[in-house]
Amino acid sequence: MSKTLRTAVLGPGNIGIDLMLKLLRSPQHEVVLMAGIDPESEGLKIAASKGIATSLEGVQGILSLGNIDIVYDATGAKPHLIHAPLLKAAGIFTVDLTPAAVGPYVVPSVNIDEHLGTAMNVNLITCGGQATIPIVYGISRVTPVEYAEIVATISSRSAGPGTRKNIDEFTQTTRRGLEVIGGAKKAKAIIVLNPAEPPILMRNTIYTKCDTSKIDAIVKSVEDIAAAVRQYVPGYRLKVAPYADGDRVVTMIEVTGAGDYLPTYSGNLDIITAAAVAVGERYAQFTGKAVMK
Amino acid sequence: MRKIRIIDTSLRDGMHAISHQLTPAQMGALAAGLDSAGLDTIEVGHGDGLGGSSMQYGFSRASDREYLAAVGKAVKKAKIDILLIPGIGTIEDLKSVMEFGVKTVRVTTHVTEADVGEQHIGFAKKNGLEAVGFLMMCHMVSPEKVAEQAKLFESFGADYINVADSAGAMLPKDAADRIRAVKAAVSVPVGFHAHNNLGLAIGNVLAAIEAGADVVDGSVRGFGGGAGNAQLEVLVAVLKRLGYETGIDLYKIMDVAAELFDPILPRPQVVSNDALAIGYAGAYSSFLLHAQRAAEKFGVDSRDILIELGRRKVVGGQEDLIIDVAIDLAKAKGRAV
Repeated sequence: MSKTLRTAVLGPGNIGIDLMLKLLRSPQHEVVLMAGIDPESEGLKIAASKGIATSLEGVQGILSLGNIDIVYDATGAKPHLIHAPLLKAAGIFTVDLTPAAVGPYVVPSVNIDEHLGTAMNVNLITCGGQATIPIVYGISRVTPVEYAEIVATISSRSAGPGTRKNIDEFTQTTRRGLEVIGGAKKAKAIIVLNPAEPPILMRNTIYTKCDTSKIDAIVKSVEDIAAAVRQYVPGYRLKVAPYADGDRVVTMIEVTGAGDYLPTYSGNLDIITAAAVAVGERYAQFTGKAVMK
Repeated sequence: MRKIRIIDTSLRDGMHAISHQLTPAQMGALAAGLDSAGLDTIEVGHGDGLGGSSMQYGFSRASDREYLAAVGKAVKKAKIDILLIPGIGTIEDLKSVMEFGVKTVRVTTHVTEADVGEQHIGFAKKNGLEAVGFLMMCHMVSPEKVAEQAKLFESFGADYINVADSAGAMLPKDAADRIRAVKAAVSVPVGFHAHNNLGLAIGNVLAAIEAGADVVDGSVRGFGGGAGNAQLEVLVAVLKRLGYETGIDLYKIMDVAAELFDPILPRPQVVSNDALAIGYAGAYSSFLLHAQRAAEKFGVDSRDILIELGRRKVVGGQEDLIIDVAIDLAKAKGRAV
């Protein structure tokens, strides 16, 4: 049995808006507040139009409202470093969509249950991490990955000011996620913004240095994990299935968004907001069990 | 006599033409030669700047730190300059090489994306470095758009703005129009970086200077991505004829070219068919060798790959799309991939 979580979204930017629209469809969530700091914010207007209360007080708005079960922080790495201890002190479970990486990393298709019973703050790494770590994990469970490198290319339109100001944190947090969750011994992450019109779909290339003689098992394992990602991100697909190229395996994926806020080219929003909702829904089940005890 | 500042890019852009395989010792010796010829600024490192060593762009022979250590020891007068492309390199990477006497950081973004460089410009300024806002692929947008992004970089604190024709796709008027627009928009100096894919690098640099450019890039023997950059020793001679002061000794730079560069160039820096295809299509100059490798692997014409990349409006750094396009072209030809 799961309970309905009283939910607040912090940060009404591209990611926060897309997330809010997905949470409104989730039976385990009741969105009670959208909190920001900019009165001109498009996200606050959209929230109000959906009948959701809004606050201009940022994290303080959430704390003073009280009785919140879960907060999704979609601000930026630096603001989250301020928010995290406040939310922790208030005893509110927090899903961090910034690359601040205060709490342990979660990629739903790989380790959704690992920290839900224990951590009060979980981190979703980055959109590029959510898209590529499952592939590296899918390969490293077959054969050791000496080195993984990913290139995430996203349309300029889908990269808001938060993403742009956090570009170093993006590459660094993604790299650590590839190592810690993906299982690569060493890793590197690159992000490229492309302003082409019409906007390109989010695409990711994953290079892995490993024993390429195991390519058949690698293909099978990667196809399995891609199917697991599709459970929460339907537009996730292998553009180029893993193939051996010398001492490395090359895989390319493309992510079509659900088109909740920005159009379908913004798969980079979906992959992290859909992961967030998946974590929240699973958390609701954990909490529900706790309630039943 | 008007002074033009020249930045040598042989030891950074030239790395594209040698798959990033110069050794630190070679780079140090070349930098010492350039320094003795009177270069104001010498840019060094992986072709894609700090952190560029990768599967995506090719691993360099040595690390950023090893190159900068060698160059730092070799150069006495010139400013040592590094490129930093946010999304590839980070402030951490910059910190790791600052001890080697780096004076200038060129923070490089696609021409429409200057705001991803705000943190990096700010960090460089705070640490006493010269910070440059470097806009790539400026042929893809209007002069007004280039000027708008130049102003953004200026607002972050950039000491000068560099307009780059990374595809070697500009005609002289394109270069002049963009320089003029940027000059009118900002109060800091303006630079220009050319590629010779249409055989126009020297002409475009002259057009840029006549339109007001204060700083221009060149490389010895043109050593650079695609058909290379404006050939430095030629540029020095031409600017002398026109009465500009560069501070570079013509005979010395010619000797550096013949004695130090000629023995290490992997091939003559000519406008090959593939380089011409890059300039014609407006693709990124460093795609050259990557496209040739993909063409061979997947059995397609490298020119078709480059033209298709231009058609898809691919930007700098998207080397992985070369493989994707090659696979698509091979499939369209009915080849098994």
